[in-house]
Amino acid sequence: MLEIRADLVDAMVAHARADHPDEACGVLAGAEGSDRPIRHIAMLNAERSPTFYRFDSMEQLKVWRALEDAGEAPIVIYHSHTATEAYPSRTDISYASEPDSHYVLVSTRDPDEHELRSYRIVDGVVTEEPVKIVEQY
Amino acid sequence: MTVTVSVPTILRSHTGGEKRVTASGATLQAVISDLEANYSGITDRLVDNGKLHRFVNIYVNDEDVRFSGGLDTEISDGDSVTILPAVAGG
Repeated sequence: MLEIRADLVDAMVAHARADHPDEACGVLAGAEGSDRPIRHIAMLNAERSPTFYRFDSMEQLKVWRALEDAGEAPIVIYHSHTATEAYPSRTDISYASEPDSHYVLVSTRDPDEHELRSYRIVDGVVTEEPVKIVEQY
Repeated sequence: MTVTVSVPTILRSHTGGEKRVTASGATLQAVISDLEANYSGITDRLVDNGKLHRFVNIYVNDEDVRFSGGLDTEISDGDSVTILPAVAGG
């Protein structure tokens, strides 16, 4: 299960809406091993595409180093789908390489109602998990 | 040339759980060959058909090697090599 603060959900959805129709992507960081996201980091989509996303490699290096220095980890890795449901695509599954992260997808295909779902992706196997949104941890 | 290599979680099964390992070589290709000698199977995770695998980013110091010579990137003593999984999808 992913337990997540409502303000972090709002931040991901706002980012996804702002970049629509291109895909948006980013990270929620938290203390390593805590499984608890505490801060939102919007990442550039280097592809600037409605059908693909890729973290900018230099920005990723900077962010990953800062996380390590702070004893943090990417607890959540998220991106948006702008024309399809919030389910990992074949490409998402082939790239997924953080077995300890929650992969969150936000669909913005409906202009009024977003869809947000969370998955573990390990060795190409996708497992959906419940998302529990809380005001405070 | 001896370098420190930062290994991401996904590849630590090859390094016995180690986050940092040392390797040597005059080019990135040689460093990877040296890694393979100690951590069997790691090359296939880094190299695909003689090129850097699309699923990983490799940095020498602060440079993404995709923009600085790929596997032929020259290595100096004391450089740091960082491997990160590319975060991408559709």
